[in-house]
Amino acid sequence: MATPHDAASLEDQIELWRSYLRRRQAIQSVDVAELEDHLREQVANLGAAGLSTDEAFLVAVKRMGELDALSREFAREHSDRLWKQFVAVPADSGDSQAASRREAMAAFGFATAAAVALKVPALFGYGFETNDSFFVRNASLFVLPMLVGFFAWKRTVDGATLGKLAAAFVGAIVFANIHSFAPKSAVEVLLAMHLPIALWLVVGVAYAGERWRQTEGRMDFIRFSGELFIYYVLIALGGGVFTSFLMMMFRTIGITAEWFAVNWLVPCGAAGAVIVASWLVEAKQSVIENMAPVLTRLFTPLFTVLLVTYLATLVLTGRGMNIDRNMLIGFDLLLVMVLCLVLYAISARDPRSAPGSFDVMQVVLVVSALVADMVALTAIGARISEFGFSPNRTAALGMNLILLVNLTWSAVLYVRFLRGQKSFTALERWHTDYLPVFSVWAAIVVIVFPLVFGRATAG
Amino acid sequence: MEINKDLMAASSTPIVLAILSETDSYGYAILQRVRELSGGRMEWTDGMLYPVLHRLERLGHVKARWAVAENGRKRKYYRITADGRAQLAEERRQWQAVDATLRGIWRGLSLAIPDRQVAAPLPRGA
Repeated sequence: MATPHDAASLEDQIELWRSYLRRRQAIQSVDVAELEDHLREQVANLGAAGLSTDEAFLVAVKRMGELDALSREFAREHSDRLWKQFVAVPADSGDSQAASRREAMAAFGFATAAAVALKVPALFGYGFETNDSFFVRNASLFVLPMLVGFFAWKRTVDGATLGKLAAAFVGAIVFANIHSFAPKSAVEVLLAMHLPIALWLVVGVAYAGERWRQTEGRMDFIRFSGELFIYYVLIALGGGVFTSFLMMMFRTIGITAEWFAVNWLVPCGAAGAVIVASWLVEAKQSVIENMAPVLTRLFTPLFTVLLVTYLATLVLTGRGMNIDRNMLIGFDLLLVMVLCLVLYAISARDPRSAPGSFDVMQVVLVVSALVADMVALTAIGARISEFGFSPNRTAALGMNLILLVNLTWSAVLYVRFLRGQKSFTALERWHTDYLPVFSVWAAIVVIVFPLVFGRATAG
Repeated sequence: MEINKDLMAASSTPIVLAILSETDSYGYAILQRVRELSGGRMEWTDGMLYPVLHRLERLGHVKARWAVAENGRKRKYYRITADGRAQLAEERRQWQAVDATLRGIWRGLSLAIPDRQVAAPLPRGA
């Protein structure tokens, strides 16, 4: 039966088959090992039934199924492995090249539109210097519709959805502009800060399309948001360097280019960069794909050590917290930071792997952040009952409570997962289901706060 | 007999869970068991079983571990979890409901299944 020559050629054939499988992004090497075990057993059994090694190998490979179909099936289950490709199997190279060029052109088109839109009000006498307040409130409304437009174009969104997306922006324009506030009043600044958070949900719906209803679709959107942030910071750094060179060079020939930088280059560049960065996240996925998870791995231990040390110092020295107006905002930012660390650790984690030491550290991080936040809340609770609810304090407190609920339940689910009582997907689902809560709260700040606090001037 | 793709896909979860509730197993053996149980009537493409197993694992219905098999190679074994047993019970209820419904209809249609020979329809009013 099987001669040494046969065995050698079988090994060669299996090696070749393995290398074909490995080229598929959706099939990872542990899956290849599992499939290989299957193939070998099949070959052995067919050989025992009387087939020659060659024949047995052919039959076994055939029964395994066509590579394309198999890789599509794996991609469907493991969408996290190629999360940016909505089409699991890449199109022909020639076709996809033309498509990616079209997409690049569309991205730059929408980016230019955002940059130009920012300067259109100037034609009607709304300049940056004269109408500060107008631009503070509407900043996100120049950029996000273009971003949504880009995704709507890319995903070929249907008419009904397009109508809903447009309606959301019309609503946003109305609520951002119907009230008149004292310039730079607390309510106006809060509105400017919360409007993009509320509208980010609209971006999510355009980004994920039909998959918005699924956990995976929202998880992809979370990944996208993190990578976008990183790309944007990188572009902003480059933009800063470019701007300072521009001013320096013109200064050498006695021309001050500052007006150009302030009125044109920086604002228009900042607007267009949002769309360009979004396009880059999807187009150059492999370059930066693992950036957010890597940063998470790096900073989770540091933040855990910081928080544990902080709490230990608080307990050991018996110091009280200095309460000032920015403390609550500081703790909000801390919770957001912790939430980001948790989210990006979750989004990059293989849900099937067993709990490890990094998971334990995440739980310690979340729990210590919660304890610190509750100490701060009790400290500030007295202050609020003394001074009443200013818009700033109410907004900060509301956000704090929302984050507190989110992180508390995450900690509970995480502990259950560590104990093996719950699968990791429960934790993922909790986070993706919670996403709209942030936007709803932001919408409340945008819509309700001006009505309640409209007459108050200072925060 | 060819069973259509949708039916195969829908039945894969209860079948795999049921086989695993008999005993822990691995991919190849699960497929052998399917063949045996269906008398060869259900032919799965071998590779397609694995994404199904991975989905069940992700959902927490089964747990996987790598162990060394008797032939000395590493092999991935699957075991059903408490969650998986609950899911199996649920699937079983649903399939029984479908089955009961169909049985009711089959009984009502007094004609036996003509084995691929469809009788020529009688002309109306004849």
